[in-house]
Amino acid sequence: MTTRIVELRQGILKKNDELARALRGRFTDAGVLVLNLVSSPGTGKTAFLERTLRDLRESGAKVAALVGDLETDNDARRLAASGAPVRQINTHGICHLEAEMIGKHLEGWELADLDYLFIENVGNLVCPSSYDLGEKVRVALLSVTEGEDKPLKYPTLFNSADAAIITKIDIAEPCGFDRTTALKNINEIRPGIRIFETSAKTGAGMTEWLAYLAEEKSRRA
Amino acid sequence: MHELSIVSSIVDTVTEKLEAYPGARVKEVRLRVGALAAVIEDSLQFCYGIATDDTPLQGSKLVVNIVPVLMHCDHCDEDVEIASLQSFRCPECDEPVSDLRQGRELEIESIEIDEVEEKV
Repeated sequence: MTTRIVELRQGILKKNDELARALRGRFTDAGVLVLNLVSSPGTGKTAFLERTLRDLRESGAKVAALVGDLETDNDARRLAASGAPVRQINTHGICHLEAEMIGKHLEGWELADLDYLFIENVGNLVCPSSYDLGEKVRVALLSVTEGEDKPLKYPTLFNSADAAIITKIDIAEPCGFDRTTALKNINEIRPGIRIFETSAKTGAGMTEWLAYLAEEKSRRA
Repeated sequence: MHELSIVSSIVDTVTEKLEAYPGARVKEVRLRVGALAAVIEDSLQFCYGIATDDTPLQGSKLVVNIVPVLMHCDHCDEDVEIASLQSFRCPECDEPVSDLRQGRELEIESIEIDEVEEKV
């Protein structure tokens, strides 16, 4: 019996990373800007996305969305009301989306006909941060009901985000939301990140958010 | 908790690697895990025991080496290790740092195996 050390130096999520890289290439070739929306359950990702899809469609942009949940197609039905093509991904217990699921659910869609593709991840602030989905922009969402220290508690996710959205800003006051501390905490974890303070209900912050999307599209897609 | 998916992927990778060493027994699997990789060592260890059952990795030890977060500080023009994950600032000059150079690793570094001597 001889003992031997075998060097591997191999990424554990190599398969996912390779698929994500291939997807990113496809998205770039098609000229579609792909965004991955991540937050806790209950932050209001779906409501924020409903509003975004509707506003973008009104501005003449071509949009589509994939939405991940453990079970049910409730979110897909909500988002489809905007008129945009939407597909539900049910993970059946898996706490995050993976690149392979994205690839499968894009079948039959002409990516080149789209300006924006949104991926609403499973509500979870930990696991989705390890899985690249081929997106260009990762968006972390935080609602005014969640506590200003959430970015400090989940640095792995907030540090990997390109933009941060504060949702439900219309109820900030009754919730005792400390805006200054929240902004400071986000900046402590991800210095210089773009932050949007929004309300899907009143439309607050949507103009700035849409302008950012257009900027990113012309810059990166 | 995605540690089970991660461990399953380790089992697949190592099993594949073992094809080159027929009959070998795995003693140890060593990982490099960044402090920002979003995995918990306790959960990895727990899942490892379950996921390696009835595989060539059964009974092997999982060693997790944590890799610290290194950020590039533009002001000091060097890579610095941040003191806490709650504040991405240079420990030298206190300027915010956003350019990550190390800390998201999630890789199998090496495996230690017992090879079967070939009978001549």
